[in-house]
Amino acid sequence: MTLLYGLLTGAVFGFLLNKSQVIRYDRQLGALRLKDMTIVKFMLTCIVVAMVGVYLLLDLGQVQLSLKPLILGGNVLGGLLFGLGWGLLGYCPGTAGAALGEGRFDSIFGMLGMLAGAALFAEAYPFLRDTVLTWGDYGKVTIHGLLGVNHWPVIAAVALGSFLLFRWFEKKGL
Amino acid sequence: MDAAHNDRPWNPYLCGALAGVLLIVSVWIAGKYFGASTTYVKSAGMIEKMIDSTRTGAMAYYAKEKPEIDWQWMFVVGIFAGSLATALVSRTFRWRGVPDSWRDRFGPSVSRRGLAAFFGGAVAMFGARLADGCPSGHGLSGSLQLAASGYVSLVCFFLGGLVVARILYGGK
Repeated sequence: MTLLYGLLTGAVFGFLLNKSQVIRYDRQLGALRLKDMTIVKFMLTCIVVAMVGVYLLLDLGQVQLSLKPLILGGNVLGGLLFGLGWGLLGYCPGTAGAALGEGRFDSIFGMLGMLAGAALFAEAYPFLRDTVLTWGDYGKVTIHGLLGVNHWPVIAAVALGSFLLFRWFEKKGL
Repeated sequence: MDAAHNDRPWNPYLCGALAGVLLIVSVWIAGKYFGASTTYVKSAGMIEKMIDSTRTGAMAYYAKEKPEIDWQWMFVVGIFAGSLATALVSRTFRWRGVPDSWRDRFGPSVSRRGLAAFFGGAVAMFGARLADGCPSGHGLSGSLQLAASGYVSLVCFFLGGLVVARILYGGK
């Protein structure tokens, strides 16, 4: 059943990624070249909507969070490294398959590269676990936890910030 | 409706909002947050297991991320299937190996583009595993939970990407 949920959820997500065109190299590079903010609009709207819904359900005791720890060594170095590769590939792990679904077969080379990168990481993991992944380990912390406030003011701030950013994008025609 | 009409993008805010609703439903019903990069680890592990199962079985990372099919693996397959079905129905499916903006800058060579995509993919995935997530796991799922790691990673993803875009396209 869990596997079926995964397949169905992915299929609907793939439909939305396809229709909004965020899976295209030109759109992803468009954002990184600060010319076309389509993917940023998609991501931030998704984040804000899901944030409100998930925290509402959390307050009602219906769902659980699944937080990843803040490890500055991993998050910063890994994040930057991901960005460097992403700028070259122009697809990300979730969207590469959707791009192939449209016939964009350069994503196949990207997916093979990602398999190679994953295998390489598995080889390097014992070393990285004892070095980089111990640097700046703060555990599973949240923004509101760090600020010592309730989650709703932070959610309101993220929503407002996104709204102002969207208004600026539309004014600039990005 | 013709293919050119179907190739017009849907509103990104609408699609993003619907994706947000989809995420809420997924968390509520299946207890699953979106993610994608672990699937590449599991797939790499499954391939390595076919080649040398003893060695693969002894590797620490594959003990942590077991090489087997799970919710996320099916989710990533579903993304491909959903996009394929959409492209076929709206008749926008077309084989093409070089994106338009890449072609304008670096020419029509498929092997050149393929090499860059392969190398970029390898670097990106190594980084994603080091960061413990990609734009789905950290960017969407982490940020929506207000995880500090999500925002730090998301900012770094874009910083790295901006640098490479600048080098490749020179700010144009």
